[in-house]
Amino acid sequence: MFAFPLLSIVTFAPLVGALIILLFVRGDDADAQKNVRWGALFATTGTFLLSLIIWGRFEYGTAELQMVEEVEWIGTGIDYRMGIDGISLPLVLLTTFLMPLCILASWEAIKVRVKEYMIAFLLMETLMIGVFCAQDLLLFYLFFEAGLIPMFLIIGIWGGGRRIYASFKFFLYTLLGSVLMLLAILWIYFDAGTTSIPALTAQAIDPDKAIPANIQSWLWLAFFASFAVKMPMWPVHTWLPDAHVEAPTAGSVILAGVLLKMGGYGFIRFSLPMFPIASMDFAPLIFGLSVVAVIYTSLVALVQEDMKKLIAYSSVAHMGFVTIGLFTFNVQGIEGAMFVMLAHGLISGALFLCVGVVYDRLHTREIARYGGLVERMPRYAFVFMLMTMASVGLPGTAGFVGEFLVIVGAFEANTWVALLMTTGVILGAAYALLLYRRVVFGKLEKEDLKAMTDLSPREILIFAPIAVAVIWLGVYPSSFLDIMEPSITYLVEHHNAAIALDVAMQPAGAETLGAAKH
Amino acid sequence: MHDFAIALPEIFLAVAAMALLMIGVFQKPGSDMGLVSWLSILSLAVALVLVVTGEGDNVSFAGLFVVDPFARFAKVLILIGSAAAIVLSQGFVRREGMNRFEYPVLILIATLGMLMMVSANDLISLYMGIELQSLPLYVLAAFKRDSTRTTEAGLKYFVLGALSSGMLLYGCSMIYGFTGSTTFGDIASVMQGQDKAGIGLIIGIVFLSAGLAFKVSAVPFHMWTPDVYEGAPSPVTAFFATAPKVAALAMFLRAMLEPFGGMEADWRQIIWLISVLSMLLGAFAAIGQHNIKRLMAYSSIGHVGYALVGLTAATSEGVRGVLVYLTIYLVMNIGTFACILAMRRGDRMVESIDDLRGLAKTHKGMAMALAIFMFSLAGVPPLAGFFGKFYVFMAAINAGLYYLAVIGVLASVVGAFYYLRIIKIMYFDEPTEPLSKPIGAELGALMAITAFLTAAFFVVPGILVDGAAVAAGSLFP
Repeated sequence: MFAFPLLSIVTFAPLVGALIILLFVRGDDADAQKNVRWGALFATTGTFLLSLIIWGRFEYGTAELQMVEEVEWIGTGIDYRMGIDGISLPLVLLTTFLMPLCILASWEAIKVRVKEYMIAFLLMETLMIGVFCAQDLLLFYLFFEAGLIPMFLIIGIWGGGRRIYASFKFFLYTLLGSVLMLLAILWIYFDAGTTSIPALTAQAIDPDKAIPANIQSWLWLAFFASFAVKMPMWPVHTWLPDAHVEAPTAGSVILAGVLLKMGGYGFIRFSLPMFPIASMDFAPLIFGLSVVAVIYTSLVALVQEDMKKLIAYSSVAHMGFVTIGLFTFNVQGIEGAMFVMLAHGLISGALFLCVGVVYDRLHTREIARYGGLVERMPRYAFVFMLMTMASVGLPGTAGFVGEFLVIVGAFEANTWVALLMTTGVILGAAYALLLYRRVVFGKLEKEDLKAMTDLSPREILIFAPIAVAVIWLGVYPSSFLDIMEPSITYLVEHHNAAIALDVAMQPAGAETLGAAKH
Repeated sequence: MHDFAIALPEIFLAVAAMALLMIGVFQKPGSDMGLVSWLSILSLAVALVLVVTGEGDNVSFAGLFVVDPFARFAKVLILIGSAAAIVLSQGFVRREGMNRFEYPVLILIATLGMLMMVSANDLISLYMGIELQSLPLYVLAAFKRDSTRTTEAGLKYFVLGALSSGMLLYGCSMIYGFTGSTTFGDIASVMQGQDKAGIGLIIGIVFLSAGLAFKVSAVPFHMWTPDVYEGAPSPVTAFFATAPKVAALAMFLRAMLEPFGGMEADWRQIIWLISVLSMLLGAFAAIGQHNIKRLMAYSSIGHVGYALVGLTAATSEGVRGVLVYLTIYLVMNIGTFACILAMRRGDRMVESIDDLRGLAKTHKGMAMALAIFMFSLAGVPPLAGFFGKFYVFMAAINAGLYYLAVIGVLASVVGAFYYLRIIKIMYFDEPTEPLSKPIGAELGALMAITAFLTAAFFVVPGILVDGAAVAAGSLFP
């Protein structure tokens, strides 16, 4: 349809950057490192600007896939298909927005094997954008899984003390979840003869082709295994604190900011529209796990002594909001979930960067080693406060809008879930404020803290765009909600149609039962 | 009836091997094997051309010998694998005192046997091919005569190989006794119309598949593999892991599907079990290994398990999957062994995985290539190894073998652990005593080519898959 393959260009631009760095930068001296850093910054910034063109050409008010590209690839139903709609676009923008900041954040922190580091990050960016743009199941799986390779290396080579344990855990956990999804994909391909995502979505409301409910359950569980690990949902979240703590700062930003969103995106792109009946049936399971996640991990976060670990646990709690929102099956809930994903991507990314700032100076993440930073680092204290407030969900920041919408949606679906979830919000305020108080307020007593310097211009350059974005999302959420709205409305209608179809197809005796259930 | 032309590649190779033997004999004693090696590679290349340009779908020699797209596909892989094995050996044989012209000639003769194996259309010619392949391999395994380790490997290989040949022959005689024929086509037609095979025939099939499982080193007939892989000289191990594996698996496919294609219900459970056990053992037993050749032996057992998933499906899709798998496996293994052969300190070869410590700092290119092979062997997309698994599991799902598929993918996660461990040692650990440089031009070139093919396969997978589909179709008329 489009002669100009904009999506592919954006997706593979970082890869081209990586190849150029790989082939043309020789040596490992200071000059070469400088070239590599600038090259990576240039590539990611360029990608971000290109992604703004996508935004500019994006047509609001329609749920149709846009900028569709289709090229024959493997053939027989498996082809290279790209396209975006209101659900992918915000996540693509989030990815391209965070990447230059990650490169900047690694500017001085990474001193060894800079070339490999930047190549891994650029490769990662290609794969992440690809995940959100792919409109073919196998292509999606390729992007989704291939991301393990660079992330494994990032954690393992540039990570902290227990990096090897963390990298293996991350890799094997995620792989275990995904291989089951691969089998489900194969089954779907066998059943439908295609792996085109739009075609498979349409099938769910086609009376002749809809997948029977019992098979849907198996397929749903296989996809769930993958997305639940990626998300991560309680109780398969344990890889996340390890990975977060050991990864270098920028790695944590990418993990929290984008990789976790792949799980939510997977649910919204596959589980909900392709297996609507199973999604409906398993919603209580999701609610249960999510509520546990929200409350339990918030409590765990309260007692953490390691700053990164605390933020990692808070991520699990926030992802609990996302899963609850997704499985409310109403527009508010799903919109809220999407918005929480965006906001969390920015906020937790920024919080990890905040940790990175003090870590770069003192080389410890132990909360007790800090205190009273506000006296020496007022600008840092301000940024950290803004992000803490946003994480708590203060109105006027990005964090508020999403949480509010999810709670609204949850009330519509299930009052108890909403009630329990709200306690999570309170706990969230508790741990976030506690962290802030212990690090920034109090008396500046420790000698080495007195020598700390405030944010450098480079660090200000990193935080300023995020701060602007966080407030923008909080004050004028419509600029993103308008993108999502048509796609999500369509998703909900699609879901209702599929459920109605299922009810209609049930034998006469079971009809009343089915109707009562839904 | 005797259409010699269809066996032209084999005839050529036989003549070439004998001619090269003569050249070797009349060379000055103690002269370098370089000339014979390159002539051998040339002969393999000519045979490859003859295979590719040969025409049609033919049976000749009274039904003993068949050339169809399936055989052709397998032969191309075998010839490439053998040629690569000779290239890989060049540096090693000179350093390790194996510099004798018999070495490439033996590889040629073994290759001839492999070509016979994949073209065998009769139990007799099948056995002939196997033996023609095996005898040179026994000699090759013990080629470094003054080393007890390789002599032991050779002897072990020979004794166990003879045992498996015995079982195979016993199975063949049972099948002949109960069907009255040794030709695949006749066996199939005897079986047609019968809805259940007799117990005698089943016993025959069991022995036949046990013998074949020995040759492909599938569990529970795998015991020789780790010892032989570890004990044999490294380039010979590289050869074992590539071309003979392809030949044996291709022969396995034909010998199960052509004569017994209509009765897969009777033998599927055997292959199912062999496949599952191989995948599991390959995954778990490799975890504790410290010698990289031994590790590759367990890895090969696991990979045979995955390939047999395709045979268990017993469909044209399954065969396609196996052929795709074998091609990719061949490429990955050539590359991996090129890396293993590049592991030396001074004049001494090293084989411990720990010797790779910190390789990413000392040998960037080699570390990257080996990392690509390891991720690919683990089956991580988008590398080629993923597609190999993808196609066999696709066949398994389509054939309704869900348990097999689930066990298979779970085993692949366990297997991923030890491949990752090698990457960890190369990339995460600090170098202790670096390996020597340079790694040798021919090894470097092979690494680069195979790494590129492995990494870039996903761009145009269609070429290979379509070819494999055509080849697979010829087993299902």
